[in-house]
Amino acid sequence: MSVTERTSKVIGTSQLRKEDAELITGRARFVDNITVPGMLWVGLVRSPFAHARINGIDVAKARELPGVVAVYTGDELEFAAPLFMAWPINDEVKNPPHHPLTKDKARYAGDPVAVVVAESRALAKDAIELVDVDWEQLPAVTDIRAALEPDAPIVHEEFGTNNAGSWILERDSPVPRRGPTAPFFDDPQLVKIKQEYRLARLIPNAIEPRGVVVDVNAPMGEYTVYSATQIPHILRTTLTITCGIPEAKLRVVAPDVGGGFGSKLEIYPEDAICLALARKLGRPVKWIEERSEGYLATLHGREMIQEIELAATRDGVLKAVRVNLTASMGAYLRLVAPGIPMLGAWLYHGCYECDAYDFQYTNVFTNNTFTDAYRGAGRPEATYAIERSMDALARELGMDPVELRRKNFIAKDKFPNYTIASGLTVDSADYHGTLDKCLEVLDYDALRAEQKARRERGDRKLLGVGFSTWNEMCGLAPTRVLAALNYGAGGWDAATIEFMPTGTVRVVTGVSPHGQGSVTVFAQVVADQLGVDYDDVEVLHGDTQVSPLGMDTYGSRGVAVGSVALHRAGEKIIAKARTLAAHELECAEEDLEFEGGNFTVKGTDRSANIKGLAFNSWTAHNLPDGMEPGLGATELYDPPNFSWPNGAHCCVVEVDPDTGSVDTVRYIAVDDCGVQLNPMLVEGQVHGGVAQGIAEALFEEARYDDEGNLVTGTMTTYLVPGPPELPPFEVHDTVTPSPTNAMGVKGIGEAGTIAAPPAVINAIVDALSPLGVKNVERPATPERVWRAIQEARS
Amino acid sequence: MRSIAITVNGVRRELDVEPRQLLVYALREQLGLTGTNVGCDTTTCGACTVHLDGESVKSCTVLAVQADGREVTTIEGLQSNGDLHEMQRAFHENHALQCGYCTPGMIMAATSLLKEHPDPSDEEIRYGLEGNLCRCTGYHNIVKAVQAVAGA
Repeated sequence: MSVTERTSKVIGTSQLRKEDAELITGRARFVDNITVPGMLWVGLVRSPFAHARINGIDVAKARELPGVVAVYTGDELEFAAPLFMAWPINDEVKNPPHHPLTKDKARYAGDPVAVVVAESRALAKDAIELVDVDWEQLPAVTDIRAALEPDAPIVHEEFGTNNAGSWILERDSPVPRRGPTAPFFDDPQLVKIKQEYRLARLIPNAIEPRGVVVDVNAPMGEYTVYSATQIPHILRTTLTITCGIPEAKLRVVAPDVGGGFGSKLEIYPEDAICLALARKLGRPVKWIEERSEGYLATLHGREMIQEIELAATRDGVLKAVRVNLTASMGAYLRLVAPGIPMLGAWLYHGCYECDAYDFQYTNVFTNNTFTDAYRGAGRPEATYAIERSMDALARELGMDPVELRRKNFIAKDKFPNYTIASGLTVDSADYHGTLDKCLEVLDYDALRAEQKARRERGDRKLLGVGFSTWNEMCGLAPTRVLAALNYGAGGWDAATIEFMPTGTVRVVTGVSPHGQGSVTVFAQVVADQLGVDYDDVEVLHGDTQVSPLGMDTYGSRGVAVGSVALHRAGEKIIAKARTLAAHELECAEEDLEFEGGNFTVKGTDRSANIKGLAFNSWTAHNLPDGMEPGLGATELYDPPNFSWPNGAHCCVVEVDPDTGSVDTVRYIAVDDCGVQLNPMLVEGQVHGGVAQGIAEALFEEARYDDEGNLVTGTMTTYLVPGPPELPPFEVHDTVTPSPTNAMGVKGIGEAGTIAAPPAVINAIVDALSPLGVKNVERPATPERVWRAIQEARS
Repeated sequence: MRSIAITVNGVRRELDVEPRQLLVYALREQLGLTGTNVGCDTTTCGACTVHLDGESVKSCTVLAVQADGREVTTIEGLQSNGDLHEMQRAFHENHALQCGYCTPGMIMAATSLLKEHPDPSDEEIRYGLEGNLCRCTGYHNIVKAVQAVAGA
């Protein structure tokens, strides 16, 4: 038997990505690149009104257009069930049926009412224009608070209210929080502050628009759905429910997917419509979203009003935090939307100790595009509220915001597994250490000295510095917690590792990456663990035929759940290989050491390499009694806890008080995601997250007029930042390994988006504080900043 | 229908197009060159950037008939003798892509930028690529990749 030594480790090294070759040469397989013979093009007729009754739809002209194959209204295209909503947060939730094609009225501008099918992309567009809908426009409501007024237009009449239900931590959380908070807010000895923040509505803007291709094997009743989705597994199960097609005859493929950020963590009307059309017509169909169409038809994120109150002692000890949110659901409850604000429920007291905590939120229907998960989902909202409030409290107390944070951080020695005020148990963190690193990189004292000097000189441009010391729960999620929260699925994930007879390794993961680099990272994990070459590991994903089990990619779970599942599957393989090696080497299993792919009898040079064992297990000529042939293993891993990364971010800005324009001079990110499997990819995730977070703070807002028209309806009117709008990033780290999994890893995908917005806005407010400015709503556009200055001056 | 001839990646291609046909769809759907992506409908994102007679253009904003008799280079035509173009290699080596959807357009814009400004500052790279949007990388590593080629 050949003995190959493999000692160089790839975990922890910045391996270049296996994913890149196709992407940089134009050979990627995005959904719009998929063409199926005989394929028809699908176009949606959408409501131009935010709220309008359908008195009739005349499709005759469209049907007569040569090249048009079919036109259907909501009454003509049948479904077994409405679109699936997976998170009925409690018994209060009001979940209206969401039909893929609305039948009675449109509830948001963009609500699809009819579908055309034509021989070409252009003909489908022409046919859309020929469908004549007799609309009766109704008053619309797009403001969250106005929607709760007694005389507001009602989005779903059957409920008689736009209140979609509330969730209260004290009542609905499976774990008890410290509290109640009322005695602290009644205590006259304590300093109290109350803040209100409005979070803008955001459009995710993955650069690849959505799209669906459905291929059909009509005689067999089999369908393949290619969708630009983050969730092929969840999509298959829910499409089965909506379309009534047996799951065994439905294959869902997420081909190369051009970014998601939550926008492709959804079950969309178009997915179900295309599948229903393929079945009805017995022909393959394709729908590709146009960008402006997507601004109406693809989920939005984050619109909410936050009320947050802090009570603290005069010397700056935080005692109580009380939070009330009002969140926009838009026109329907989409896949996990009712639970999105809840994903922040345990985080509104941040990294800080406090004696009491209360949290609740109310979901509201409005005549807007539906909202759902957008990168960070619930946690950026929480971090924003507490980090802005900590700065406000520091100003109130006349304390340095860094000093206030340090004073209230949960101490490092409380970990591992410390139950925080909100009731969840954080596995590990070193909040002081992470902040110290950030201050060191920044040279905080020098910066404050410069700020003081500039202010004394009366420099026109105003220098400000803002911090965000954040923590989060990601790696969604422990199933027992999800079950207690009424979530419709588990939080486990699947991994299979199989040795091929020739010694290469096939990895199948249930997560569905779309830019994260999971193929590279997972190959690193398996190569090191099993002692095989990194290049000999093939990672497959995103196709329910190849990976029948999985919970897909969102919530920073690729590494935190997916790679841990993989590592545990690897342990099973090593255990089996050890038994076989002991059999072949005629020794006891405990006499074997496993290193670099070799099982060696301790104190001898007798060894067996895992590749040879794999071959021998395939021929199966000489296996121990009862051992099954083959060397492979599957693990379904349910994480026992959330993943708890944290960080300290700092933004330095210069504000021009005459124009209100903000220049981000420096951006420092110190993140702690535990052990880093590939530092280059960690850094890349931080870059992208911070970019989106800065954009959220400075540029991005989906705005509607009073009638419910999206006035930021194209990429020219909604500012997705280009290269000149963003600064270079200074990315650093601390490493506090997670005790929850064997590799010590934590999620990192959402960190930057969670951290950045309050760091930026705190910096702006810090810059403007000598003028008396205490708050600037986001996005802090030049106009908003300028107005805040004028208001403070007047 | 109009009959046109375009030299695409060095090969003369004759095709019949509707007058309204955009260059990007002629490339993608008639010539099968799907490396050039479409990311918006307002000439904002730059995902569809190709070279027309050596200069970068957004192929969603050029009619196919306007390319008649001209030379087009797409991402598929950037390699020579099977070797990656140095900009492709730099994007790979500097982790300047994640989902990769903007990447073909970004690479085409970046090669064009360096032709006009062989020794740009970081600032000039950022302004030079302002017509190309990326949602994954925050541009930090894209600037690094372009700088790596410029400095080579």
